[in-house]
Amino acid sequence: MLRLERRRQSSRIMFWTTPLIAVALTLIIGGILFAILGVNPFAAMKIIFLDPFFHETYGPYSRTQFLVKAVPLILIATGLSVGFRAGIWNIGAEGQFVMGAIAGAAVGLALYPAEGWWVLPLMAIVGALGGFLWAMIPAILKIKFNANEILVSLMLVYVSYNFLAAMVTGPLKNPDGFGFPDSRNFTDVEATTLPLLYEPLGLYTSGVVALIIVIAAYILMEKHLLGFQVKVTGQSPRAAKFSGVKPALIIAMCLGLSGALAGLAGLFEVTGPAGKLTTNFPVGYGFTAIIVAFLGRLHPIGIIIAGLLMALTYIGGELAQLVLNLPAPAIQVFQGIMLFSILAVEVFINYRLVWKKEAV
Amino acid sequence: MSALLEIKSLSKAYPGVQANDSVSFEIQPGEIHALLGENGAGKSTLVKMIYGLVRPDSGEMLLHGQHFAPSKPGEARAAGVAMVFQHFSLFEAMSVAENITLGMEDAPARTELSAQIRKVSAEYGLPLDPDRLIGDLSVGERQRVEIVRCLLQNPKLLIMDEPTSVLTPQEVNTLFTTLRKLSTEGVAILYISHKLDEIKALCNSATILRGGKVVGTCVPENETARSMAEMMIGGELAMPAARDFQPGETLLELSGLSLPSLDPFGTSLKDITVTLRAGEILGVGGVAGNGQDELLLTLSGEIPVAPDMVRLKGEAIGNLGPVARRKRGLLAAPEERLGHAAVPEMSLTENAFLSGRVRNGLANRGFIQAKKRDAFADDIVKQFDVRTPSISNQAKSLSGGNLQKFVIGREVLQNPSVLVVNQPTWGVDAAAAAAIRQALRDMAEAGAAVMVISQDLDELMEMSDTFSVLAEGHLSAPQPAAGLSVEEIGLMMGATHKEAENA
Repeated sequence: MLRLERRRQSSRIMFWTTPLIAVALTLIIGGILFAILGVNPFAAMKIIFLDPFFHETYGPYSRTQFLVKAVPLILIATGLSVGFRAGIWNIGAEGQFVMGAIAGAAVGLALYPAEGWWVLPLMAIVGALGGFLWAMIPAILKIKFNANEILVSLMLVYVSYNFLAAMVTGPLKNPDGFGFPDSRNFTDVEATTLPLLYEPLGLYTSGVVALIIVIAAYILMEKHLLGFQVKVTGQSPRAAKFSGVKPALIIAMCLGLSGALAGLAGLFEVTGPAGKLTTNFPVGYGFTAIIVAFLGRLHPIGIIIAGLLMALTYIGGELAQLVLNLPAPAIQVFQGIMLFSILAVEVFINYRLVWKKEAV
Repeated sequence: MSALLEIKSLSKAYPGVQANDSVSFEIQPGEIHALLGENGAGKSTLVKMIYGLVRPDSGEMLLHGQHFAPSKPGEARAAGVAMVFQHFSLFEAMSVAENITLGMEDAPARTELSAQIRKVSAEYGLPLDPDRLIGDLSVGERQRVEIVRCLLQNPKLLIMDEPTSVLTPQEVNTLFTTLRKLSTEGVAILYISHKLDEIKALCNSATILRGGKVVGTCVPENETARSMAEMMIGGELAMPAARDFQPGETLLELSGLSLPSLDPFGTSLKDITVTLRAGEILGVGGVAGNGQDELLLTLSGEIPVAPDMVRLKGEAIGNLGPVARRKRGLLAAPEERLGHAAVPEMSLTENAFLSGRVRNGLANRGFIQAKKRDAFADDIVKQFDVRTPSISNQAKSLSGGNLQKFVIGREVLQNPSVLVVNQPTWGVDAAAAAAIRQALRDMAEAGAAVMVISQDLDELMEMSDTFSVLAEGHLSAPQPAAGLSVEEIGLMMGATHKEAENA
C-alpha cells in the first residue's frame, strides 16, 4: 500500500528537485495530450523545446523572441514572489503591467519629440510608479477594509484593459496615425527606444535591469530584515505580530513592489518589443508570471530558470502551432499542466511516499 | 481475569527518532492505568497507535484477546476505544449537540441525541445543556463535551491525554469522580498526565516510559510524586530552594488596563491595576479563557492600548508596539509555542532572530548579522539544554518541552527588565519544567521582574512571591504567596468567577 507520511523536517532535496519532477510530469501528460490531438508527442516536444534554437529556418527568428518573452516574465515574477511568500496574492500584475506602460508612455508622449539620455530613465521611473499606484488600490483596500486582494487586483486587470482602450482611442492616440487606435511608435525616436543589446537572443537593456533586480530581490529576501519579515508573515502571521512586524507595511510593500516591477516591465515592453500602445498590447505576461513565480519556487534564482523555460514554451508553442497546426489553447493547456504539476508534487517537500505492508 | 488490552512489543520509528521501542503492557477492565513519561518519551505515539492515528512498525495489540490493528480512529471507536485529546476539537459557533453529531458515525436524530446527552451527562455528574453554544462554555465544560461525546459510544477503553491541565481543583475533583464511576462499571482508562499527585490519587497502576522504552511499572499509591518523577527522568529531581524576596523599585505598572474582547468568544480585560517590582515574581492564576491571552498580548505590545495603561519604569508605553517595548526591556513569551512564539517551518536560528533582533543587535541597518544570530541561537541551545541535532533544524521538529526551553531561553538571554510568560511549562516534562522555573527565578534574583501567567497552581505556588487571580477579565489584588494553600487559591478562583458572573 502506498502512503504519504509526514516528514519531521522539510526536505531540502525535494525543495529543489520538485520543479524538475514537475517538468518531467508536464512532458509526460503533455505528450499524452498531443498524442490525443493526433500529433507525434516526441516531434511536438522537439519542436517546442529544441527547434526554437536549432531549427534551420525557424530558429533564427524564434531565437530573437526568447529573451523578449523571458525578461518581462522574470521581472514580474520576481516582484510577485516576494508577495506570495508573505501570503499576499497579487493576481493583477497584468493590470499593473498595462498601467505602468500607459503611465510611462504618457510621459514619453508628453515630451515628444524630446531628445536626451534622461527621457527613457524618467519614463521607466514613471512606469514603475504607475504600476505601484495601481497596486496600491488593492493594498489600501486590504489594509483599511480587509478586502480580498486576489479579487480586487484581478478585477482591476479588466479596468486597466478598458482604460488602455480609452487612452489609445483618446488622449494617447497617434495624431499622425490616420485614426488607428494606437499611440505613436516610441522606437521612432532614439530617446524613447529601449536599447537592443544582443539581437540574436532578443536581449534588451531590460534584461540587465532584470538581472540586477533579481539579485537585489535575493539580497532582500535572504539577508535583510524586511525579507525575513515577509517570510514570517507568510508562514505564521501571529508570530509575525509577536516579533513586531507591522502587517500594513508588509501588505503595502509586497503589493507595491510587485506593482512597480510589473509597471516597469510594461514600460520596457512598450519602448522595446511592442514599440507602441495598442489595444492588443497586453499579452498575458502578468498572468503567466504567476506560473513562473511558483515554478521558480518563489526563489529569485529559480525564477530566472523558470522564466527562461516558460519563454521557451511560448516560442516553442508558437512554432508548434505553425508547424503542426496545433490549436493555441492546446499550448495554454500545456502551460497549465506545468503549474498543476508543480502544485501537485509540492506535497513531497513535507511528505514522503512510503510503501507499507499492512501492519500486523 | 483476562486483559482488556494487551500491548506486545510495539515499535514505531520516525526519521531520526525511535518513538516507541518494543513497548509492552496490559490494561485490565475497569483499571485506571497511568502512562508516565517526560515529553518525547513516546506517550503520544503510543496512544495514537492504540487510537488508530499511527500505524506501528512492528508488534501486536490484542483487544479482548482478539487481534487489534485499527487503521483509522473510526475503527478504534467501533472496537470500543475512545480518546479525549489535550486540545479540543470543537466549533465555538455551534451547539453542544451539533458538535457531538459531527464526531459520530450514523448519529441519531437531533431530539433523540439531545435526550441521550442529557441522560449520559447527568448520570456521570457532568451536567451539559445540549443546546448551548460551545463558545459560551468554560474550558471545563468544553472538556465535558468531549468526554460525553466519548461516553455516548459506550467505550471499553477511554484514553485521556492531560485532561486536567485546564481545570480548577474543584473541576478536577468532579472529573475524578466521573472517572472512578466509569472504572467501577468496567471501563478501563488510560490516563496521561504530568501531574504526579493526581496520578497518585486516581490511578491503580502506572507504566513509565523513557526514551520510547518501558522503564518500569508501579502502583502509584505506594510511591511518592518525587520517586515517580525520578523514575521518569532516570535521575534525581532538583527541588528548588526557598527564595528570600526583597522587592526593589517599581518596574512595571498597569493602571486601569481595559480591553474590549477581540472576538465574540474572547474575554475583555476589565480595569487591571497592578505593579511589578524588581526581583518580584508575580503569579497570575486562573482558568484559561479568562483573559490570559489578552493580558499577554497587551503586555507584549501586539495589541496597543492607551499609553497610560502600561508604564515601564515610569514611561507610558501602552501605545507602543513589540519592537519599541523590547528596546525598553519589556519582553514576553506567549503560550502557544508553534505559530506564535516560534515559526514552525523556520530554523532555530531564524526563530532566535524573531524576537532577539532588537536587544541583541542581530541586524545592522536592516541587514541580518548571520554570525551574531547563529551565536545567539547557539547560546540558547547550550545554556538551556535544548536537545536538537543542530541550530538549523526547524522549530517544528523539536519536542514541545525542548522548544519551550528554547522560547523561554531566547527571552531570558536578552536580559529583560520585565518578562511576562504565559503557561511557561505547559505540556513540558518535569525536568524541563524545573529548568525553566529555575531560569525565571534566577532572573528575578538578578533584579528583573517576572509575571508568570499559568493554570498550574503547583507551579505558581512554587515560584511566586506574590499571587493574584485573573477571572472574567478581572485581576484580584496580589497577595504574598507564602502561606496561601492550594485549596484557598482554588476557592479564590471559584469565588472571583462567581462574583464576576453575578455582576
